[in-house]
Amino acid sequence: MDKVIYAHNLSLAYNDRETIINDTSFSIGSGSFVFITGASGSGKSTLLKSFYGAIAPQRGDLIVGGVELNNIAPKKLNLLRRHLGIVFQNYRLVNEWTIEKNVMLPLIISGYSKDVSTSQVEKLLRHVKLSHQSGKHPRELSGGEQQRVAMARALSHNPILILADEPTGNLDDYSSQVIWNLLQGANLQLKTTVVVVTHNIPKTLNLEYKHFHLENGVLNEVL
Amino acid sequence: MKSFKNHLSLIMAIVTILFSLQIFTITERAIDAYERDLQENYSIVVVSEKSISNKSFQNMHPLIKKSELIAADHVLKNIKLQMKQTNIKLLKTALPKFYRIHLSKFPSPDQIDAISDAIKAHVGVTRVESFENSHNTTYKLLLLFKQVVLVLAVFIFIVTSLLMLKEMRIWQFQHTERMSIMALFGAPVWLRSAVLFRLAVIDALLATLITCVAFLGMLNYGWIASELEVIGINITIFDLLNDGVSMLVLALGLSIFLATMIVLGHKEEV
Repeated sequence: MDKVIYAHNLSLAYNDRETIINDTSFSIGSGSFVFITGASGSGKSTLLKSFYGAIAPQRGDLIVGGVELNNIAPKKLNLLRRHLGIVFQNYRLVNEWTIEKNVMLPLIISGYSKDVSTSQVEKLLRHVKLSHQSGKHPRELSGGEQQRVAMARALSHNPILILADEPTGNLDDYSSQVIWNLLQGANLQLKTTVVVVTHNIPKTLNLEYKHFHLENGVLNEVL
Repeated sequence: MKSFKNHLSLIMAIVTILFSLQIFTITERAIDAYERDLQENYSIVVVSEKSISNKSFQNMHPLIKKSELIAADHVLKNIKLQMKQTNIKLLKTALPKFYRIHLSKFPSPDQIDAISDAIKAHVGVTRVESFENSHNTTYKLLLLFKQVVLVLAVFIFIVTSLLMLKEMRIWQFQHTERMSIMALFGAPVWLRSAVLFRLAVIDALLATLITCVAFLGMLNYGWIASELEVIGINITIFDLLNDGVSMLVLALGLSIFLATMIVLGHKEEV
């Protein structure tokens, strides 16, 4: 199995001071579904941020999608990010844009034509059952609906890797289940690699997954 | 509605700046016109026993623009009836020459002294009348006006800077989140900034339009022009071509500068 994420002796720190991830090595294979758990403040989100280049490695190597993230040039990082789908706990939608435009954002950035983008967005909004809300703005939707929009945005450009940071942290049980189903569908049907940072692994998933636990700055696989 | 409010905050800031600038321009024009008027009406009278050519006067001091011989006919008019024509002719040649000296700019009291001294040093000049007292009062008034304009300019600069800073903070708040989200999906800097620059240009155009319409309305109403005419100052209050273009350039410059500062100051959230 090809490795989508490869870390060797990886250390991460904010402003070169307090080390959060300390000399850890791991790899995540293509097409896998991975949960990263850990106590609050253990560095789960920091680790996820390093996967999309928001934090550079302090020491060690980190390769995502075949791209080495140590001292990566901004242009190269932009190119890598066009192949990633990122989902946040607080959705991070552009509030002044419509739902349709929010979902279209990665397609616009990747340079898809308007026709292709529009038809892809329609398809995805149908998939997340929000077709009737396409002209609305994020603040007009519930939290669960906003997270479905964020999921549609993350899936719109067929990414190789979806990175989700506590995607159901703010949602009720029903909305959480919808999000898990969407992530599961992306992994099973599209073979997209999914990495989820979470406190609780849902019990309703019908797929094989890997579980990593982060403790004292070191990531270990839970077997 | 929110989007309209977002536009309005920048438009109002630019309109305020443009309004202040145009008021400042009008005040400066009024003072220039007043100074020109003073300069045109001011002259030094010279009495000389000998004729002095225009060229000689110009050589006496660089501020001397031209000289004008005052005809003696007016002085002789009253005694014409009681004297013979030949005697009048003799008297005319015996009378000293009177000259009115026009200057190229409204002089300071020191310059007047220097000009008077230069003229007095010329052979044949018996008297120089510079109307120093009334000139000094007018000159001080002009200086006061200029000081007021300077204070106004400093005030406008401070207000403009404060408005710009406030606007920059609002813009940072409004646009940083969108730019960060776009960066997360790999948007290049030009694409992240495109919305910002488009808004900046649209707002600058709208602000210029609003200010131009307001000043054109004032022209039609005409009370400012009539007020200035009362005090004898005739100036252009608003010239759509010159002032409009200046306003547009300033508005575009300010808003593009703002947008550039936001783009340069944008740091990806970690």
